Amino acid sequence: MTYDILITGLIIIAQILAVVVPVLISVAFLVYAERKVLALIQLRRGPNIVGPFGILQSFADALKLITKENIIPSGSNKIVFILAPIITMVLSLAGWAVIPFAPGWVVSDINVGIMYLFAVSSLGVYGIIMAGWASNSQYPFLGALRSAAQMVSYEVSIGFVIITVLLCVGSLNLSKIVLAQQTVWFAIPLLPMFIIFFISALAETNRLPFDLPEDESTLVAGFFTEYSSASFVLFFLGEYASMILMSSMTVILFLGGWLPPFDVYPLNVVPGVIWFTVKVIFILFLFIWVRGTFPRYRYDQLMRLGWKVFLPFSLFWVVATSGFLVYFDMLPN
Amino acid sequence: MVLYSLTFYLFSSVAVLSALMVISAKNPVHSVLFLILSFVNASGLFVLLGAEFLAMILVVVYVGAVAVLFLFVVMMLDINFVKLREGFLQYLPFGALLGIVLVIELGILFLTDRSSNIYNNQTPLQPIVNEVENTKMIGQILYTEYFYLFQICGIILLVAMIGSITLTLRDKGGVKRQNIDSQNTVDASAAIEKKKVKLGEGI
Repeated sequence: MTYDILITGLIIIAQILAVVVPVLISVAFLVYAERKVLALIQLRRGPNIVGPFGILQSFADALKLITKENIIPSGSNKIVFILAPIITMVLSLAGWAVIPFAPGWVVSDINVGIMYLFAVSSLGVYGIIMAGWASNSQYPFLGALRSAAQMVSYEVSIGFVIITVLLCVGSLNLSKIVLAQQTVWFAIPLLPMFIIFFISALAETNRLPFDLPEDESTLVAGFFTEYSSASFVLFFLGEYASMILMSSMTVILFLGGWLPPFDVYPLNVVPGVIWFTVKVIFILFLFIWVRGTFPRYRYDQLMRLGWKVFLPFSLFWVVATSGFLVYFDMLPN
Repeated sequence: MVLYSLTFYLFSSVAVLSALMVISAKNPVHSVLFLILSFVNASGLFVLLGAEFLAMILVVVYVGAVAVLFLFVVMMLDINFVKLREGFLQYLPFGALLGIVLVIELGILFLTDRSSNIYNNQTPLQPIVNEVENTKMIGQILYTEYFYLFQICGIILLVAMIGSITLTLRDKGGVKRQNIDSQNTVDASAAIEKKKVKLGEGI
């Protein structure tokens, strides 16, 4: 009896580590890749000193940041100030529990997987608001307010995009969503929704061109202005881990998860996890490419895009998709 | 079994304790944060009951949206805590009355509803595994049996929304607005004017 619990516990911990450790390592390489790609876009060299081609740069940076002094402002609300980066980090890792990397490769294959992901990504705003409020300083507070309004606005259109996909699947389970794309990836019939989802994912992860919460030209560094050392590292890791999480969500909803593009011989012997990784890397490249290409939005433009363009359009598309599915009798089961 | 009971006691005790902290915390922002913790634990309890859809909806709607706006407002307010505490004794009898009524109602519910299987069932709390996902079950009941009530709920929400917009929307004169279409159609010829300036004269 007690051994059973012990073994179950150990298996759960091993599964969690098997997901979290690769995610953290890929965060380090994502930071390196971002600096390298941005450098190439801007005709620079990028990091090239630490290790071959500068590939160990992120690890050197992490080491440097962690060994620095952790400064907690005397006017801050200390408990909330320390909790904020921890919450950001934990939430960006919690979502990985339901991501299916390949058939059966999932820590927890729950019925409401997509709702869980949506819930976890909507909680991400708390780390930012708490950081902004607890810092007791103007710039972080402005950053936090911007972030709260921005993330709530873009969640609405993300919700409608998810509903559109669910109408075509008939289940909230992420593995079933992937398996429903065996004939055609949803990115093709639902192309406009794919684009809206990608842009909303940029806003949800506070990435350029929507990084108003940390807008360095007006707000110093936004919500993490007062953070230093290890707590800054946690914010940084959290931001990139949630970027990879949103990319995986995009891949599962629209690019067929672990499925190969065509179910023909040389393609379908490649393991599913490789296809999944390749697709996630492609979406992450788009994230970085957008950062290197577009200027930052003004705040009222950001709000207008969310409420006056994406919301009506995605609402229309939900109605159109359901109408289409009912008329042609194509509703799943 | 032991794991389920342990998680149940964890979630329920944290939920009750954080609910206590909501009303006893001095700082209103801390109160809201404890309220959020309480919501999250309540959704954990829903998961233990096998109502995973309700649990996720609770997190998405209440924690992800309502509480964010709540926190937003509380952070922005300039509250005088000393003044806020002054009326405490004055409102105490009323609050106590409300609490007592609620406790009596809950007691009546608990005592009379013994026949229902929730209380008689001696098996410890664990997820009820059904053939049909409970998202589908909710859908099948909500859109058939309770269709009219569901529609009425929607209309009530719409009325509340329109009401709050009409209460807050004031069309003051002299407000400068952004015209996005005109901003987007600006080209260099409209924005820049070339002039020949004579030396020593200016424009």
